[in-house]
Amino acid sequence: MRAVNPSLNTCRVKWNMSKSHPDLLHHFDDPEQQLDAAQSGMWLFLATEVMFFGGMFIGYTVYRDAYFEVFAHASNHLNVWLGSINTAVLICSSLSMALAVHSAQAGHRKQIIFFLLLTMLLGTVFLGIKFTEYYHKYEERLIPGLAFDFKQGNPGYAAIFFSFYFAMTGLHALHMTIGLGLLAFLVAKAARNRFSPVYYTPVEMIGLYWHFVDIVWIFLFPLLYLVGRHG
Amino acid sequence: MIDKAPDRRLHYLNVSYGVKSWLFTTDHKRIAWLYLLSVTFFFFIGGFFATLLRLELLTPQGDLVQAETYNKLFTMHGVMMVFFFLIPSIPAILGNFLIPMMIGARDLAFPRLNLASWYIYMIGGLLTIGAGVAGGVDTGWTFYTPYSSIYSNSHVALTVCGIFINGFSTILTGINFIVTIHKMRAPGMTWFRMPLFVWSHYATSIIFILGTPVVAIALALVALERVFRLGIFDPELGGDPVLFQHLFWFYSHPAVYIMILPGMGVVSELIPCFSRKRIFGYSFVAISSLAIAVLGFLVWGHHMFVSGQSIYAGMIFSLFSMLVAIPSAIKVFNWTATLYKGSISLDAPMLYALGFIGLFTIGGLTGIFLATLAVDVHVHDTYFIVAHFHYIMVGGAVMAYLGGIHFWWPKMTGRLYPEGWARLAAVTIFIGFHLTFFPQFVLGYLGMPRRYHAYPPEFQVLNVMSTAGASILAVGYLLPLIYLIWSLRYGAVAGMNPWKATGLEWQTPSPPPTDNFDETPIVTREPYDYARGEPQSEYVPGEVEHV
Repeated sequence: MRAVNPSLNTCRVKWNMSKSHPDLLHHFDDPEQQLDAAQSGMWLFLATEVMFFGGMFIGYTVYRDAYFEVFAHASNHLNVWLGSINTAVLICSSLSMALAVHSAQAGHRKQIIFFLLLTMLLGTVFLGIKFTEYYHKYEERLIPGLAFDFKQGNPGYAAIFFSFYFAMTGLHALHMTIGLGLLAFLVAKAARNRFSPVYYTPVEMIGLYWHFVDIVWIFLFPLLYLVGRHG
Repeated sequence: MIDKAPDRRLHYLNVSYGVKSWLFTTDHKRIAWLYLLSVTFFFFIGGFFATLLRLELLTPQGDLVQAETYNKLFTMHGVMMVFFFLIPSIPAILGNFLIPMMIGARDLAFPRLNLASWYIYMIGGLLTIGAGVAGGVDTGWTFYTPYSSIYSNSHVALTVCGIFINGFSTILTGINFIVTIHKMRAPGMTWFRMPLFVWSHYATSIIFILGTPVVAIALALVALERVFRLGIFDPELGGDPVLFQHLFWFYSHPAVYIMILPGMGVVSELIPCFSRKRIFGYSFVAISSLAIAVLGFLVWGHHMFVSGQSIYAGMIFSLFSMLVAIPSAIKVFNWTATLYKGSISLDAPMLYALGFIGLFTIGGLTGIFLATLAVDVHVHDTYFIVAHFHYIMVGGAVMAYLGGIHFWWPKMTGRLYPEGWARLAAVTIFIGFHLTFFPQFVLGYLGMPRRYHAYPPEFQVLNVMSTAGASILAVGYLLPLIYLIWSLRYGAVAGMNPWKATGLEWQTPSPPPTDNFDETPIVTREPYDYARGEPQSEYVPGEVEHV
């Protein structure tokens, strides 16, 4: 992509002498520095994600405190079984993602591809179950803005619960979808044998992202599905 | 002075030519130029709206525009200036250009991400302009609910979408800066040998990454509420409009420090250089940047003293807001102490730096008025607050931005700007600024509310003064645009270090080579060793490559 004047290469010679790996970018001194930078960058990005979801968690908490009873009733409309199955599916996907990173470290190309594909499969199952749940909510007329019908309490308050439910799980599902795209990108790279025990940074970074998305669900599931059960 | 024989050294500007070599560049210095052009574009669009506002306010009755148009004008002015000029200005242009050079790195840690930030910024900016062209938005740049989420008939969703997208650009820039500062420093560049410019950008980046996501989600909820009628902020359904204000100001108050901290970084570079003295209390100035960033996250409630927030919350927020004055004052006192017994030269960048100190002090002190609960009830939503934040954002941030652009112009272009014109512009801006905004303090104190297109006739004299000042200010802003472009071709050749400054960026040729330094500099000294006049490292540029 980079338009470079060929004579620039003379300028580069001094840097390139230390260049030992084809994936080492020109502005880093060695692969360790590059990996360090990638890891710090990813963790900082995850910090921004925490704040991103955090705004909605705060909003949910405020309204749950204000409209406690209605939120409890509304929460009982969520399907705990489907939610639990999804939690299990997602935890398994995290395991297979961790195994994919492990195989990358060990340099087993076929294992990387296998575990990445398994992770993608589990992620797709999660999204399938999630959309089944959304469809049930549509049938039960519990989507705010679409002929919303709620009888066990103030419908406005319940609409707020379901607004948060759809906004939070929807944003989570969007992250899952992006994650699936990233995993597909990794599979394509792994198929072209682009990873080695020396260089597998993208697998590790996208793995971090995948685990983060899982952890968000680990907070969403009890907050939306479970706490109301005892309310 | 036309340079007849420019040297044929290979540097970042002449390594490659053509539109593609710029649009697909990953060189932080070229990306800084992309930002410079686009930020300037957005600045003059925002300035155009400001011109119309001031023209309307020349007379008490609404004769130039009607109330609806006026609402759209001040909204577009605020949106353009805050999100597309002030926030990216110093970090994305000067920070992008200088941070790697100041710490002795070849580039930012993630060059492709850096280019992506610029594209995201442009997409966000053009969407927002598109919303303006389609008919504008009239909610004020703060997008308060439920007006923005339910009642407004203007293009709220599109504007919010543009700002949301732009937020990712700031987040990515922040991540890039923090990682670069942590991981890419040259040997010997310890934390307390870093220039204060880098410290202030580190603090700014913390706000970028922790604040921006929150406003992004708040604005996303507004857009969802408009499109899907959710009801999260709709009081008719039990939603809480004040919750939006909390989420909005949780970012947007720290965003004020995003605008001023980089400016403080610039001034901390200019003052020692033009006083030929080590900065007074280096570590205090450095740490006070972090203190401002941290305290900045604890003061957002001072925007909601009259929004129905509990009085106890108001008291706490009032206290924290006043605490911000401490690190800010530390900086001002340290800059002044640096000036003391220095051999001061009044070159244009120094004029801007001195202007910054004066205007920022007025802006900061009036901020304490506003942090005081009872006074705030009196001046809330009046021209007093308009004057206050313009003293910080225009008097502070824009003065520092222009000072920085002048100071590092020789490094960016290899050419000197014309000093006489530059001094004239600096003084013009200083005078024009005061004439524009000082009367607004008085107007606000007398009770003129902000955001109205008409006002009682007794306020006319002060408003005419303000509009007259704005026209002087406009001349002051157009001057640098003209002579800086002129200097690209006709300016005197600058040489490596025209200011005899000590920072690493001055130890490499102007304009710098693509990799900034021929070999990694080894830092052996503190950043502002002006007493001995020695640079920060033993580095001397190697043999020059010729085309």
